[in-house]
Amino acid sequence: MKNTTLPELYKDMRRVRTFEERVGELFVRGQSAGSMLHLSIGEESAAVGVCAQMRDGDTFTTHHRGHGIFLARGADPNRMMAEIAGKESGYCAGKGGSMHIADMGLGHLGANAIVGGGIPAVVGAGLSARHRNSGAISVAFFGDGATGQGILYESMNMAALWKLPVMFVCINNQYGMGTRIDQATANPNLHERALAFGLAARTVDGLEVEDVAEAAAGLIDGARAGKPAFLAVDCYRFFGHARKDKSPYRDEAEEAEGRKKDPVLRARDKLISTGLMSEADLDALDARVAEEMDASIDFAVAGKEPQMQSMFRDVYDPSQPEPEPVRTRLDRILAQG
Amino acid sequence: MAVQETTYRDALRLALSEAMTADDSVIVMGEEVGRYGGAYGVTRDLIKEFGEERVIDTPISEAAIVGAAVGAAMTGLRPVAELMYVDFIGMTMDQLANQAAKIRYMFGGQIGVPMVLRTQGGTGRSAGAQHSQSLEGYVMHTPGLRLAMPATVEDAYHLLRQSLRQPDPVLFIEHKGLYTMKSTLDPDAEPAPWGKAKVLRDGADLVIVTYSRQVHHALAAAETLASEGIHASVVDLRTLNPLDFDTIRPLVETAGRAMVVSEAVMTCGVAAELSARITEECFDFLEDPVVRVAGEDIPISVSPLLEQNSVPTPDLIVETARKMFA
Ligand SMILES: Cc1ncc(C[n+]2csc(CCOP(=O)(O)OP(=O)(O)O)c2C)c(N)n1
Ligand SMILES: [Mg+2]
Repeated sequence: MKNTTLPELYKDMRRVRTFEERVGELFVRGQSAGSMLHLSIGEESAAVGVCAQMRDGDTFTTHHRGHGIFLARGADPNRMMAEIAGKESGYCAGKGGSMHIADMGLGHLGANAIVGGGIPAVVGAGLSARHRNSGAISVAFFGDGATGQGILYESMNMAALWKLPVMFVCINNQYGMGTRIDQATANPNLHERALAFGLAARTVDGLEVEDVAEAAAGLIDGARAGKPAFLAVDCYRFFGHARKDKSPYRDEAEEAEGRKKDPVLRARDKLISTGLMSEADLDALDARVAEEMDASIDFAVAGKEPQMQSMFRDVYDPSQPEPEPVRTRLDRILAQG
Repeated sequence: MAVQETTYRDALRLALSEAMTADDSVIVMGEEVGRYGGAYGVTRDLIKEFGEERVIDTPISEAAIVGAAVGAAMTGLRPVAELMYVDFIGMTMDQLANQAAKIRYMFGGQIGVPMVLRTQGGTGRSAGAQHSQSLEGYVMHTPGLRLAMPATVEDAYHLLRQSLRQPDPVLFIEHKGLYTMKSTLDPDAEPAPWGKAKVLRDGADLVIVTYSRQVHHALAAAETLASEGIHASVVDLRTLNPLDFDTIRPLVETAGRAMVVSEAVMTCGVAAELSARITEECFDFLEDPVVRVAGEDIPISVSPLLEQNSVPTPDLIVETARKMFA
C-alpha cells in the first residue's frame, strides 16, 4: 500500500490536476488527437483516494474520464500525453488515445469510450484473482452516467453472488454530458442500489481526500476478503463534458458553487493550517509538478507519428498474418486484367 | 417553406420540426436530445418548440431507449429515437434485431413497428475505435429493418421526412463528417421516391456505386478521372434497404465496369453485397471484376494519420479506376 498521509495524497492530486491542465493546453495548441478529451478536474480525490489503497497486482478499468485514475496508479505522464496526441511513443502506439488508454503492466485493463463498457471485466478479473489465489482485487471506475446501463446491475449481482474481490467506484460528478443526475434518475442515492444486491456500499463526499481514502480502505479490505463493495464519490465536474463543451446547460452561479468543492485546494489549505507543510514548501512542490507535466507536453509534441504500416498490426496476435491492405488486394486483382 | 441555403444538420432539424408540427404522435427521444440539443446539434431547440413531453431526454440506457421506441410505435406513437453514435448499436441489438425487426413477421402481420432510429457514424474526428465505425452492414444483414443513409442536404431533409412515413422500422444513419456541409434545399420540391437511387453524374466508362459521405469522394474522383478521359457515372444509393438495383443494372450493362465504394470495413460489408449482386445480375456484361474500394479490415485508430488512411479517399478511387483502364 502507498503512503496515505495528506502530503502524499496532495502531491498525487496536484499531479492529476496539473496533468489535466496540460491536456487542455495540448488541445488548444492543436496537438491533441481530436477534441474528445474529458478532464477530471474536480474529481482528483476519487482517483487518488481510492488508488492510494490499491496494491501492486490489483487490476482496474476506467471510463472515458480516466486520466487521473491512471496517473494515480503510477502511469508515466510522458507516455500518457503522447497517447493523447496520437503518437507512436504513447501507451497504445497512438491507436487508443485519451479514451482507450491502457497498461497491463500497471494492471490497467483499459479505459473505455463506451459508457459502462469496462464494468463487467472486473467481475472476470475477480474470478481470475480468486482462481489464481493472487490476493488481488479488481476495481471498476465509472461515472454516474453509467448507472443508466443495465450491465452495471448484472455485474454487481454476479460479484455479490460469487463473493468476488471486486469494487465498483462511481465518480458522481453530478453530470452526464448536459444531464444533471436528478434528471437521469428518480433516486440519486446511488449506493442504495448496490446495497440491494448485497454489496457493502456507501457514498462519500469527495471534498476531503482523506475521507475518500478512509472509506476506500474499509471497502477494499472487505473486497479482498470476498465482500464486494460499491463506493460513490460525490464531486463536481468543473468544466465542460469534453473540450468543446462550454456547459450552456448550467449557469455560472452553479459552477462557482460547484467549484468550491475543490479537493486539491482543500488539502492544500489543510496542510498549511495544520502546519504539516508550509506555503513555501507547497509552492516548491507545485513548481516541480508543473515542470514534470510541462515536460510531458514536450515529449508528446516531439514524438513521431505512427508508421503507416502499423495500422495493420495488432488486429490479431503478432504470430498471425496481418489483414491484407485494400491497395495490395486491388493491385493483385487488377494486375490479372 | 422557402427555398433555403442550409446545412445537413439544419435540414435534419427542419425535417423533425415539420414532422412534429404535422403529426402530434411524433416524439423524439434519446440522450442529450432535449436541453443539450443533441451531441451533434441536430435537435437543437426542438424542446423549446415542442416541450419535454415530446422531446425526451433519457438516461444513458440505449437498450431501453430503443425498446421503449418499439413499444411506443406498437401503441400509436411515431417515435424518433436517437443513438448518439452508431457504435452503440451493439447495446441495442436485441431490441433492434430480435424485437423491432421481427415483430411484424413473428406475430403474423398483426402489427408493424413504425419507428425511426437516427444515428451517425463514420470517421473524421479522431474519436477512436469505439466512436468512428460504419456499421450499416449489421443493419442491412437484418431482414425487417429499413436503412437510409443521406449524403446530401436535400436527402437529409427529404429522406428523414420519408422515413417518418414508413410502416416499418427505419435506421437512419447520418455521417459525422457531413453536418456542416451547406447547400440549397427546397423543402416543397417533389423528392425522389423512397427507395430510389440517384445518378449524380453520368459517364459511359465506369459505374461507381456508393452512399453517404463517399458519394462526395466519388464525385471528386470522377471529376479528376474525366480530365484524364475516363468517364464515370456516380450512383448515390440513398437507401440500402430498399435497394434500388433497377437503377444500377442498365448503367453497368452499358459501361461494363463497376466499382463499389464504402467507408465500412470491406469483409462482409455493404460493398460485398453490392459487388456480389452486380456480379450475379450483370455477369455477361462485365469486362473486369467488380472492385470494392472499402474500409480496411481493421479498427479505426485515434491517430489522425492512421484514421484517414483506414477508409477510402478520392485518391484511392482515382488510382483504382486508373488501374482498371491501364
Ligand atoms: C454507451 C454509451 N452511450 C453514450 C455515450 C456518449 N457519452 C459519452 S460520455 C457520456 C456521459 C457520461 O456521463 P458519466 O458516466 O457521468 O461520466 P462523466 O462524463 O460525467 O465523467 C455520454 C452520454 C457513450 N460514450 N457510450
Ligand atoms: Mg458524470
